[in-house]
Amino acid sequence: MPKILTAPRMARCIGCDSCMLACARMVYKSLSPYKSAIQIRSRGGVMGRMVANICTACAEPVPCVEVCPTDALTTRDGGRGMVYRKAECISCHKCVEVCPVQVIGWDQEEDKPIVCIFCGQCARFCPHDCLEMVEVA
Amino acid sequence: MLHDDLVRILHVDLTTGEMQVEERADLFCGYLGGTGVAMRLLDERVHADRDPLDPTQPVVMAIGPLTTIFPVVTKAVATFRSPLTGEYGESHAGGQFAAALRYAGYDALVVTGAAERLVYLVIDGAHVEIRPADALVGMNVLETGRAIRDRIEGAGHRSIVRIGPAGEMRPRRSAVRYANANVDTFRHFGRLGLGAVLGSKNLKAIAVIGRQHLDLPEDSRAYKKVYAEVYDRVLHTDAMKKYHELGTPANVLPLSELGALPTYNVRQGYFGEADQIGGEAFAENELVTKRACAGCQIGCIHVALYRRPFAPGWEYESTLVAYDHELIYAVGSLLGVGDRRDVLRLIEEIDKAGMDTISCGTALAWATEAMERGLLEPEQFEGIDLRWGDAERYAQGVAAIVRGESEVGRWLGQGEVQAARHFGGAGYVAAVGGQGIAGYWTGYAHVLGHLLGARHSHLDNAGYAIDQKLEPYTDEAIVDRIIADEAERIVQTSVAICLFARGVYDLETISRALDSVGIQRSAEQLQAMGERIYWERVQLRERLGFRAQLEEVPQRFFETPTPRGRLEPGRVAHMLELYQARRAAALAS
Repeated sequence: MPKILTAPRMARCIGCDSCMLACARMVYKSLSPYKSAIQIRSRGGVMGRMVANICTACAEPVPCVEVCPTDALTTRDGGRGMVYRKAECISCHKCVEVCPVQVIGWDQEEDKPIVCIFCGQCARFCPHDCLEMVEVA
Repeated sequence: MLHDDLVRILHVDLTTGEMQVEERADLFCGYLGGTGVAMRLLDERVHADRDPLDPTQPVVMAIGPLTTIFPVVTKAVATFRSPLTGEYGESHAGGQFAAALRYAGYDALVVTGAAERLVYLVIDGAHVEIRPADALVGMNVLETGRAIRDRIEGAGHRSIVRIGPAGEMRPRRSAVRYANANVDTFRHFGRLGLGAVLGSKNLKAIAVIGRQHLDLPEDSRAYKKVYAEVYDRVLHTDAMKKYHELGTPANVLPLSELGALPTYNVRQGYFGEADQIGGEAFAENELVTKRACAGCQIGCIHVALYRRPFAPGWEYESTLVAYDHELIYAVGSLLGVGDRRDVLRLIEEIDKAGMDTISCGTALAWATEAMERGLLEPEQFEGIDLRWGDAERYAQGVAAIVRGESEVGRWLGQGEVQAARHFGGAGYVAAVGGQGIAGYWTGYAHVLGHLLGARHSHLDNAGYAIDQKLEPYTDEAIVDRIIADEAERIVQTSVAICLFARGVYDLETISRALDSVGIQRSAEQLQAMGERIYWERVQLRERLGFRAQLEEVPQRFFETPTPRGRLEPGRVAHMLELYQARRAAALAS
């Protein structure tokens, strides 16, 4: 069963950036939270709250997979979300533009997209259990 | 900068508009960052013969080599000449500022000169811009933050340091000399008047956007391993538990029971209503959430919902206010205010205006006693008759200080020490070395620590903790501990670690963390560095006017009993002699 990342308890978020730093450190070989597939923001509204911009692992047909002109993005087994192969990517930005929740970032140094690989490192380094990897059918 | 053993400094001259980037290997080698680097950069540029608010005076802000890339390494250290004391000024802030500066690509920022009109600075990596802030004149710190947020990019990776009306230069009114600099709403460069210095430069705010990539260290496995170990100690041991749970207000009640909570302008060490304003009462009734600085998994920032009715018909208004022990003491017990909502009200008013809450509280406490004694008249203070526990009058007093239109309002804006020089009443200021004390009344080490500490702060050397733990409690042991604790804290603050994590980051751990990112410093070398910086900083302080003398301690401090008994001037004088001997020996070697 594939797992996807969820953020069910963001009301507990303290805004520590630990998840972003974990993604950068463990996945994107960077010390900078800017290079993270999860992005934490505060949102004003009437009282202000913390929100997590994360890949929602779209069901088939997966939009970023659909627009990808190569095999860099393919649908994951089980039909939720995608698998990313950097070697196949031609840096066309189409996935960034199409993402319905606008969470595919861009790695300027590598000139490649920053996408979630559903590894769960961000959830592991969340001190307040805001994030959770969930199995989907 | 990490990976190249240089300190990368952005210089901005507000008079000429010139900017340049300088890289210094010597600073990295000798001082690492934070306190050490900020102290040295100030030493090189400060004018000992000019007023603290002279445009030529520098403001320095520095982070450290481990900033954001290790847990709870979250602080930026500012140095300046303090307009409150006239001496050395050093103040630390959390929030997102240190992280933003790190990923903007700078280890330090030096601002000199003064703009012709009110401006704000935007630092977006290599792109640095001075923008007009005419529309922000007189704006409080919350609105200033919002206005600038709406005009710059980088959401989630930016920080805005700003001053309120209290720090601004205005016609016929000088700045409040304990105006602070607000950082990202809930944190501050709180003490010693950095806000007034920024105001003297016509600098309303500094916005930093940090979006640069930084490579993992060469040995990324070692780095990840040490990171995970530190992370585990931060979260899964008791080392930082108290800061996360009730937070610093956990101290209020036990201190009062001990007789160590300064109350009614330090006329007593216990407060009858301490249980109403303690950490437990706030947590149970007002706490709505906690917040963290960027890169800290603890989240010590306790945020309360300040909810109050404003009209009949169940009309309520609500705002969020961050509270801490020092604030609760300064506008609570010290002023005899025992209602939580009153405490939140005063914290909010002082904070929005951009003032240091501790110093504003000690100024109001002194003024209350001076009015009670007939030294000051309400007519000299816009008709405000200050009374212990009366939050409405204190709120009016805060506004009158910010306006600075009355004689007492103006003088209270200079701090109670200056006000007492003008009006009399110096014997009962709650201040040492020109600055109001923190919320402890524990004994000799607290008072001496405040006097000898570089920031005149309880955070310099934790004298309050020495008072509570040290045995045997001899003059020699007290003096040696004050010096040794401060020297060790200099290592932590030069790496720019939050001092709340001092139980996690002993010198050995700092050494291992540095090593994992390719910086070799043994624990012994770090200790030696701390001691050297300690005495270098003493010399700088003396050049700016610091004197370790008994006259800095008000008579009140020898009257009100502490848990260590009534303090004796003779013993304090003896400890100061011991300190002078240590100083002479250290400077000779």
